[in-house]
Amino acid sequence: MGMARYVANKFFYMVVSLFVLISATFFLMKAIPGDPFTAEKKIPPEIRARLYEQYGLDKPLYHQYFKYLGEIVQGDLGVSMKRLNQDVTHLIGQTFSASLKLGVIAIIVSVIVGVFLGMMAALYHRKFIDSAAMVLAVLGIAVPSFVVASLLQYVFAYKLHMFPVSGFKGPMYYFLPVAALSAQPIAFIARLTRSSMLEVLHADYIKTAKAKGLSWAAILSRHVLRNGILPVVTYMGPMTANIVTGSVVIEQIFGIGGIGKQFVEAIGVRDYTVIMGITIFYGVLLMVARFITDIAYVFVDPRIKLTGGKEG
Amino acid sequence: MASDKNLVSPDANLKPDDFRHIGIDERQAEVIQRESLSAWRDSWERLRQNKMAMTALGILGLIILAAIFAPFFSKFNYYSNDLLSTNKPPSSDHWFGTDDLGRDIFVRTWYGARISLIVGLAAAAIDLFIGVIYGGIMGFFGGRVDNIMNKISEILYSIPYLLVVILLLVVLEPSLGTIILALTITGWITMSWIVRGEIMQLKNREFVLASRSMGASSKRLLFKHLLPNAVGPIIVTITLSVPNAIFAEAFLSFLGLGVQAPIASLGSMISDSLTGWMYYPWRFLFPAILISLTMLSFNIFGDGLRDALDPKLKK
Amino acid sequence: MKKSKSLLLMFALVLVIGTVLAGCGGNKNNANSGTNAAATTAPEGSTNTGTTGDEKLAADQTLRVNLTAEPPTFNPAQAQDSQANTVLKTMYEGLTRMNDETGQAEPGIAEKWDVSADGLVYTFHLRDAQWSNGDPVEAADFVRAWKIVLDPNTDPTAPYAYQLYYLKNAEEYYGKKITDFNQVGVKAVDAKTLEVTLKAPTPYFLGLLSFYTYYPVHKSVEGNAKWATSKDTMITNGAFTLTEWTTGQSLQVSKNDKYWDAASIKLAKIDFSLVNSGATELLSYKNGELDRAGAPHGEIPQEQIPIVQKELPNEFQRKGIASTYYYEFNITEKPFDNVKIRKALAMSINRQALIDNVTLGGQIPAFGYVPPGIAGADGEFRNAVKDDYFKEDIEGAKKLLAEGLAEEGLTALPPVELSYNTSEGHKKIALAVADMWKQALGITVNTVNQEWAVFIDNRQNLNYQIARAGWTADYNDPMTFLDMWVTGGGNNDTGYANPEYDKLINEAKTSSDLAKRQELFAQAEKMIIQDDMILIPFYYYTNNSLSKEYLKGVTLDFSGAIDFTRGYLLEH
Repeated sequence: MGMARYVANKFFYMVVSLFVLISATFFLMKAIPGDPFTAEKKIPPEIRARLYEQYGLDKPLYHQYFKYLGEIVQGDLGVSMKRLNQDVTHLIGQTFSASLKLGVIAIIVSVIVGVFLGMMAALYHRKFIDSAAMVLAVLGIAVPSFVVASLLQYVFAYKLHMFPVSGFKGPMYYFLPVAALSAQPIAFIARLTRSSMLEVLHADYIKTAKAKGLSWAAILSRHVLRNGILPVVTYMGPMTANIVTGSVVIEQIFGIGGIGKQFVEAIGVRDYTVIMGITIFYGVLLMVARFITDIAYVFVDPRIKLTGGKEG
Repeated sequence: MASDKNLVSPDANLKPDDFRHIGIDERQAEVIQRESLSAWRDSWERLRQNKMAMTALGILGLIILAAIFAPFFSKFNYYSNDLLSTNKPPSSDHWFGTDDLGRDIFVRTWYGARISLIVGLAAAAIDLFIGVIYGGIMGFFGGRVDNIMNKISEILYSIPYLLVVILLLVVLEPSLGTIILALTITGWITMSWIVRGEIMQLKNREFVLASRSMGASSKRLLFKHLLPNAVGPIIVTITLSVPNAIFAEAFLSFLGLGVQAPIASLGSMISDSLTGWMYYPWRFLFPAILISLTMLSFNIFGDGLRDALDPKLKK
Repeated sequence: MKKSKSLLLMFALVLVIGTVLAGCGGNKNNANSGTNAAATTAPEGSTNTGTTGDEKLAADQTLRVNLTAEPPTFNPAQAQDSQANTVLKTMYEGLTRMNDETGQAEPGIAEKWDVSADGLVYTFHLRDAQWSNGDPVEAADFVRAWKIVLDPNTDPTAPYAYQLYYLKNAEEYYGKKITDFNQVGVKAVDAKTLEVTLKAPTPYFLGLLSFYTYYPVHKSVEGNAKWATSKDTMITNGAFTLTEWTTGQSLQVSKNDKYWDAASIKLAKIDFSLVNSGATELLSYKNGELDRAGAPHGEIPQEQIPIVQKELPNEFQRKGIASTYYYEFNITEKPFDNVKIRKALAMSINRQALIDNVTLGGQIPAFGYVPPGIAGADGEFRNAVKDDYFKEDIEGAKKLLAEGLAEEGLTALPPVELSYNTSEGHKKIALAVADMWKQALGITVNTVNQEWAVFIDNRQNLNYQIARAGWTADYNDPMTFLDMWVTGGGNNDTGYANPEYDKLINEAKTSSDLAKRQELFAQAEKMIIQDDMILIPFYYYTNNSLSKEYLKGVTLDFSGAIDFTRGYLLEH
C-alpha cells in the first residue's frame, strides 16, 4: 500500500471518529442537568423561553443535533451562549495560544530530559546513575502535579522571588508552569526509555553488532536508541494532546488562561457551543497527533509496515 | 492464513498436499510448560535477591496493613468534628494533629490511604483486564480487526474525560464505585495501546514465527508466547496505572468532584490542605508523604518485578 | 561518557537541593508565622498615625487587581454577574451613582431630578457629559439602551430585562402585549431631559438607576450585535474605557479623558488579572503583584483569613455586606413539611462556633433574613426591626423534635440529605452543621456535594431535602429579600405558599409610606422565620479583603460591590 492511500485511509477514519465523537459528546452534554441560563437568581419564565427560542433550545433534541451537524460541516463552530456574541473559534484561538506555547516547550523539555535520563539509566543499569535517574523519575511520578506546582510557586516565586507567582506575560512566566507540567511526562518517558532500551541492549542483534566490531557509538545511535525509543513514540501522541490542550490544574494554579481552564469553565456554565467547539478541537488535535505518531512509528521501526504490521 | 503461504519459498515446487498435519503432541506441550514454570520460580528467586524491590514490597505490605488496622488503634474516627481544637499540631492526643474541623489526621490519613488504595487497585485491575484483552486482540490479529478496534479506542479516548466524569457523577449516585468507573472508562486505553505495540513487535520475532509455523493456535500464540513476553511493559504500565488512578482521584478532588465528604482520600486531604500548607504543614505533610511513599513503593517494586520477570536480563 | 555522568550528577544534585529548599521554605515560614504576628501586632497603634502624613501620589497610577472569573460580556444589557458589575462600574455611569458612604443615590449623568407627588413620574436633567469618543451623552442614549433591554426581539434577549419592569408598560412590552415602545414609561423630552414613568411608587428607584441594566449605550451599537466583544467598538461614558482584552488572559481599562468628572479620577489604568485560585491570588498579593486581593472581585482562602488578619493587620479590611447565608427546606415533602422539625434544626446550630471556627470571616450570626445595611424607613431596617425570631436552644430543640416526630408518627428522624454546591467553604459548613445536628439531636445527616448547575437545577425543581443558599441584595430595600417568598415566586425554592404572606408583600409593593412598608416587612419576615421557619438563617456576610496601605479611595457599597473609579495610589 502506498503512502498516499495510507494517508487517505487514515483520513477517512479520522472523519468517522470525529463524527462519533461529536455525536457522543453532544448527547452526553445535553444529558447533564442545567443549561446555559441556569442561574442562582432565576431568570423569569418568559425571558427564559425567549432565550431558548433564540438559541434553538426549544426544538427537539434531534433537531438541535442535525442543525449543529449542518453548521459543523460548513466549518461554523457557532457563537458562545454564555460569552455573548463571541465566536467559539475566536475563544479557542485566544485560549489555545497560551496552552500551545506552554505545551510545546513542556513537550520538548519532557522528551529531551526524559529520554536522556532513561538512556543513562539503561546504559548504567544497576549502577549509581541508574538508581539516581530512577529516583528522580519516580519522584516525578510520586508527587501529584498540583503539589509540585504549589511547591514550585511557593519556593521559587514567593520565597526566592526568582519568578512571578502567576500570569503569562513574558519569558519569566514560563519556567514554573513548564517545570510543573513536564515533571510527570519526564518520569514516564524516562521509565519507558529505560525499560525498552534495556531490552534492546540485551537483544541478539546488538550482540551481533558488537561481535561484528561495530563501534559502541554506532551501535547506540543506529540500533539502541532507535529501537529503545519506540514506546516513547507510542506515548507521544496522547501526551502531546494532553499537554497542549492544557493541564487544567497547572493553568488554574498559575493563573494562565489556557484552553483547559476555558473548557472546565464552559462545562460549569453549560456553554454548549463552547463545550462542543473545544471537544472537536481537542479531538482533531488528538487524532492528528496519533496520525503523526503512526507515521513516525513506520519510520522508526522498519519491522512495522504501512498495512499495520503484516509481514510481507 | 495468508502469511503462512509466504513462508514457503516460491522456488520449491511444493503443494499443500505434500504436507501432513501431525497435530500437537500433548507431552511436548507439557515439557514447554514445565520449563516456563521453572522460569516463574526463577523470577521469584531473582526478585528476592533485589533488596530494593523487596523493601518496597515490605513497605507496601505495611501500608496496606496500616490502612486496614491503624484506625482501630485511635480513639477518634474520621468524621467527627471538634471545633474547639481545629488545626492543632501533632500532639500525644492527636498523633498527626487535627484539620480545619478538628478531625484527627492520623485516623483520616490511614482511612484516606485505604480509600486511595481501593480506588487505585480497583481501577488498575479493571484497566489491566480490559486493556490486555483488548490490546492483545488488536496487536495479535492486526489488519482490519486492529484497525476497527483501534479506532474505537481512539474515539473513546478523544471524548473529553471531564465531561464523562461529570456526567457519571451526576447521573449515578455519587460513590466510590462511580469514581472508579469514571477513572476506568478511559484508563484502560493506554494499557491496550502499550500491549498492542508490544505484541506487534513481538509477533514478528523468530520464536513466534517458529511456533506459528509449527501450527500453534492463535490462542496459544497469544497466551503462551506473546503475552508472557509482553509482561514487562504491562507491569511497568500497571505500576503506573495504580498511581495514575490515585492521582486522577486526587485531581477530581482538586476540582471538587472527588469522594463525598466526610469520606477522605489521600488526594482529597492534600487538595484540602493545599491553600494553607505553609501554616498547617502537618495537614499536608502526612497524606503527601504517604501518597508519595505508596507511589514510590509501587514503582520500585514494579521495576524489580520487571527485571525479575525478564529472562533476557539474566546475568 | 564521563562527562555526561557528571552532568547527570549535577542535575540530580540541583533537584535534590531544590527539594531540600522547598522543605526548608515550608519549615522556616511556619516558624516565622508566629513571630511575624507578634512583631506586626505590636506597632499597630503607632503606624496608624504614620499614614496621616502628606499624601504624595505614586508616579505610576496603575492599579492591579484580580478577578476570580472573567466577565462573560461588557454589554450592560447582557451582563448578569458581579464580576461584570465590577468592571462595568469603571466604564459606565448611569443617571445616578451610589454613594458608598451613605448608601444613597447621588447625581451621576443626571445632574438633578424632579419627582411627581404620587412618586410615579421622574424627570431627569442631564449634565453636559461626553462619550469616550467625544459625542454628548443624551436622553436618547438612555431610551435606546432601555429599549434594547426590553425589546423581546433583541438577539440575544436581555436576561435581566425584568430589572426594568418597574417602568410603566415595560412588562407588557416585553411580553408583546404592547408593540409601541412609546407607551413604555421612558421618554426623551429633549436632548438633556429624560422623563421616566413608573408602574408603582418605588422608593428605591433612584438607587436602581445606578445598576448596569440601566446604563445608557452609544448610538454606534445599533446594527452591530458584536459591539461589546472588542475594545475597538466599545464606546463608554464612565471614568474608564476598555483598552485591552485577551480572553482568559488579561483585561485592562484606562482613564477616559472625556469623562465629565475626569478631574477627580487619579488612576491612569486598572489591570485585571484573571486568576480563579484564591491561594494564587493571595500569594500574588503578598508578592507585590497585586494591590488589592479578596472580596468582592477576588478571594482569600477561608482558612487564611485569620492568618492574614494577624500578619497584615494594616492591610486587612472587613466590611459587613447585605447578604444572608442560610439553609432552606423543601417544605413540600416529609419530614420537613413539619414546622416543629424545621424549628428544631434551626435552634440546634451554634452559629458563633461556626463563624469562629469554620467560616472564619467575622460574619454576624443571623436570626432573621434581611441583613444589616439594608435601608428601612429611617436608617437601617435591621436597627428598627430586631432579628430575635428564635434562639439557639438545644433542649428546646430536642423537645420540639420529639413533638414534631410524634405528629408525624415517627420515632426517629430518617437520615437527612443536606446538599451544597461544590466549594471548599460550603463543604466545611455542611460538615460542621451535620455534626452539630448529630451531636445535639442524634440525627444522621448525609452531606451531598453537587456540581453548581446540577445543584441549582435540583434546588429549583424542589429535588432536595435541605439545601445551602445565599441571597445578595439587588437593590437597597427589604423588598429584594422578601418578595422572593411569595407563592410561586421564581426564587422561592422551598415550596412555601402562604396567601397571608403574599398579601403583606403586595401591600408593601403598592405603598409609598415608608413607615407602613417597614411594618409590613417586619410582619412578613416574622412569618417566614418565627412562624414557619422555611429557612435556617446562619449568618450575614462580610467582605474580607487585603488592600495595600498605599491604595486609597476605593469604596464598597452596601451590597459589597466595589467602586475603583476614585481610587489612587500613594508613593510607596
